[in-house]
Amino acid sequence: MSKYVPKLSELKQEFEKKKPALLKEDYSGREWWDLPVEFRDGNWCFPGKPEVLEDLGFPNPRKWAATDADWQLPDGWEKTIRDGLKSRLKRFRSFKLFLDTCVRCGACADKCHFFLGTGDPKNMPVLRAELIRSVYRNDFPLAEKILKGFSGSRKLTAEVIKEWHMYFNQCTECRRCSVFCPMGIDTAEITMMARELLNLIGVNNNWILAPVSNCNRTGNHLGIEPHTFVQNIESLVEDIEDLTGIKVNPTFNRKGAEILFITPSGDVFGDPGVYTMMGYLLLFHHIGLDYTISTYASEGGNFGMFTSNEMMKKLNAKMYHEAERLGVKWILGGECGHMWRVVHQYMDTMNGPAKFLEEPVSPITGTRFTNAAATKMVHIAEFTADLIHHNKLNLDPKRNDHLLTTFHDSCNVARGMGMFEEPRYVLRNVCNSFHEMAENTIREQTFCCGSGSGLNAEEFMDIRMRGGFPRASAVKQVREKHKVNSLVTICAIDRASLPTLMKYWNPGVSVYGLHELVGNALVMKGEKKRTEDLRENPMVGFEEEEE
Amino acid sequence: MKKVVMPLLLTAILCIIPYIGVQYAGLGYLFAVVIPCASLVILVAGFLVRLVIWLIRPVPFRIPTTCGQEKSLDWIKQDKLESPYHFWEAAARVMGEVLLFRSLFRNTKAELYAGPKLAYGSTKWLWLAGMTFHWSLLIIVIRHSKFFFSTVPPIADLLDNMDRFFDVTLPAFYMTDALVLAAISILVIRRLRDPKLRLISLPTDFFPLFLILAIALAGMSMRYVTKINVLPVHDQILTLMDYSFILSGEIGVLFYVHLFLVCVLAIYFPFSKLMHAGGIFLSPTRNLCNNSRAKRHSNPWNPDMKFKSYTEYENDYRDKMKKAGLPVEKE
Repeated sequence: MSKYVPKLSELKQEFEKKKPALLKEDYSGREWWDLPVEFRDGNWCFPGKPEVLEDLGFPNPRKWAATDADWQLPDGWEKTIRDGLKSRLKRFRSFKLFLDTCVRCGACADKCHFFLGTGDPKNMPVLRAELIRSVYRNDFPLAEKILKGFSGSRKLTAEVIKEWHMYFNQCTECRRCSVFCPMGIDTAEITMMARELLNLIGVNNNWILAPVSNCNRTGNHLGIEPHTFVQNIESLVEDIEDLTGIKVNPTFNRKGAEILFITPSGDVFGDPGVYTMMGYLLLFHHIGLDYTISTYASEGGNFGMFTSNEMMKKLNAKMYHEAERLGVKWILGGECGHMWRVVHQYMDTMNGPAKFLEEPVSPITGTRFTNAAATKMVHIAEFTADLIHHNKLNLDPKRNDHLLTTFHDSCNVARGMGMFEEPRYVLRNVCNSFHEMAENTIREQTFCCGSGSGLNAEEFMDIRMRGGFPRASAVKQVREKHKVNSLVTICAIDRASLPTLMKYWNPGVSVYGLHELVGNALVMKGEKKRTEDLRENPMVGFEEEEE
Repeated sequence: MKKVVMPLLLTAILCIIPYIGVQYAGLGYLFAVVIPCASLVILVAGFLVRLVIWLIRPVPFRIPTTCGQEKSLDWIKQDKLESPYHFWEAAARVMGEVLLFRSLFRNTKAELYAGPKLAYGSTKWLWLAGMTFHWSLLIIVIRHSKFFFSTVPPIADLLDNMDRFFDVTLPAFYMTDALVLAAISILVIRRLRDPKLRLISLPTDFFPLFLILAIALAGMSMRYVTKINVLPVHDQILTLMDYSFILSGEIGVLFYVHLFLVCVLAIYFPFSKLMHAGGIFLSPTRNLCNNSRAKRHSNPWNPDMKFKSYTEYENDYRDKMKKAGLPVEKE
């Protein structure tokens, strides 16, 4: 395991000591603003490299580390933050309202996965927001100024910036707290604003900014250039042929295709994302879809979202731009979490209207996706659920009998889109063993993987394993009860981060994309006898007969 | 516990001010006429200003928190309340929050067990205390409208009668009086007992609770202990509403304490977290429809962003693209 994470036994002992309480220490007689901010191995992400910042034209490029005493903030940084705060309070009703209306009832306190995993009081969503509110109260409304000391306000200092950097990077913008808040306060919104502000003075995270810069340059987060992108998918095509005897035939940058398919680049390059990609390719071949993949708009995800709303717009613009150039009718999107928050709640507002596209219609079933009439982009789980509902797929769920599954709702798709039934419907149709996790840990109450919103960095492993603990604990319970060995998800960050989390907390549980299971179950016309799944693991009941 | 003592002390001082002012300084006119009128103006104007400050700010993005199935395929059942698609569905969702505190009803309590394992128990105490507190206050306020009219409005009369359902004492005991005291006690005690709440709470969280408690206690003492004669009070308010500011009749000093504390609450209201009463209607995670893929939502300040166009991309990678057999726009 990583050197940035304590041994499992040590962490277990820590939990054992404080149970059943969640707070890690006794804080009686102390106030939260007196608690020190301590950066140590495993609880901070490496800052953006100077060349990355220069490439993006971002302020204050320099070499620094969170453990430094002096963060080399630019001259006049206090004014930059104050002006930035003012401007955002003007532009976002949400931000202003969320700073004004909190009654500190505490309903959100134990809803955050980072609080549950760290026991750090400043990870209670209410206190996370108070980190900004305390400064806002000090600087802004007059009446609160008169009541200083009474209303919990404080000065903006370099220590406060350190605290913001620590705790707004221990929030994955998962929105679970906002489900429980009686005022509907969404900490994701506050974290997004805080990260915008911190970026103004060069306080940042390389694991976010490097992908942003890559995506701007090459079209995808991983910085894959066009020829490599094609090669990689072609090698997956070869793997598919070896396994099934079927030669699928994806096309790239092809004008006049009916549909443009966009998925996170993790599906093209990362393990186990590539198996999900193989699933998509098999599915599209199976139904004879007229589609193309772009090497330019080759990223579904959008790390701009974790940087600023402007950057989110800039990176997202490629999707419509490419769809227009290729002359496709509509866009089909792969499995991803924050990608779908952007597509569902932001894309049309930022880069629409996409008048050059048509209201999506499934060419196979004729179903009109009226729910995507404006954005003209359909989620692959909606698309596949519709295919299965109309009986257009030849599926043999027995081919997934070696997988005893449970389903992890991805935060953004759950709480930023409301897609719960479609993936479950697909899953039930492609495998025979599916058990839900405890009800407080799924659907709108789902727990984050602990590594979302650009926090999937190796050097952040301590906090990631703690933040993922609530999810891991829920998986453990279905593993013990139903022998679950497969965690199915529809998010690329999940596919990248949950394997590590499972290895740490629940060894023996593997992570799958939904369409990997679809790919396993599809009975392709003219295929050879299948004995192995897409990972070349033997399928149960399909073993080669003894000669 | 400075943050508890400070607001408690403040409340006590606020109780003493009208007592001294009326009893010893003879400032009855100030406390019965000037301050109530001023505080009412501040409450109404302040509330409106705060609402306007929120309302003039744009809602750049459509960001409902979806707590139920979206509207998608015909055969998948949409959760109309938790994932509203039409305006009236979103309106129903907001009213559910305002009238029933639906999100708070979901509340759970997480606990750590050996293993380590997490378990989540349902916990409705906060919801129950919050509902009791707010609804009792509303009924009490409506009940008070009988002081403002020469003939009691039927709704006030009805609520008054219902509230006196257990007609065992003289004067009859109001249920809401007991309920509001119980609710305030729970709300204060949980802030003191739970170590998480102790850390979160600010003096501004205790102050309104203490203030409302003091208002209720002063009011109840008048009714049940000193058994104040309400007729001069009634007359006084009616005279006031006739725009004639003349002190009439004898009114007990306890009434001035009660009234002054209400005025303080009214003045404090627009400048404090109590404004959540207005904010709850505007929360963009609750009052927006989850239909942003079907209907375009506009952002009035949508910034122009220069992005890397396909042409620039092809210029950068043309040779590599050609080698990989990718079609190019320009040879």
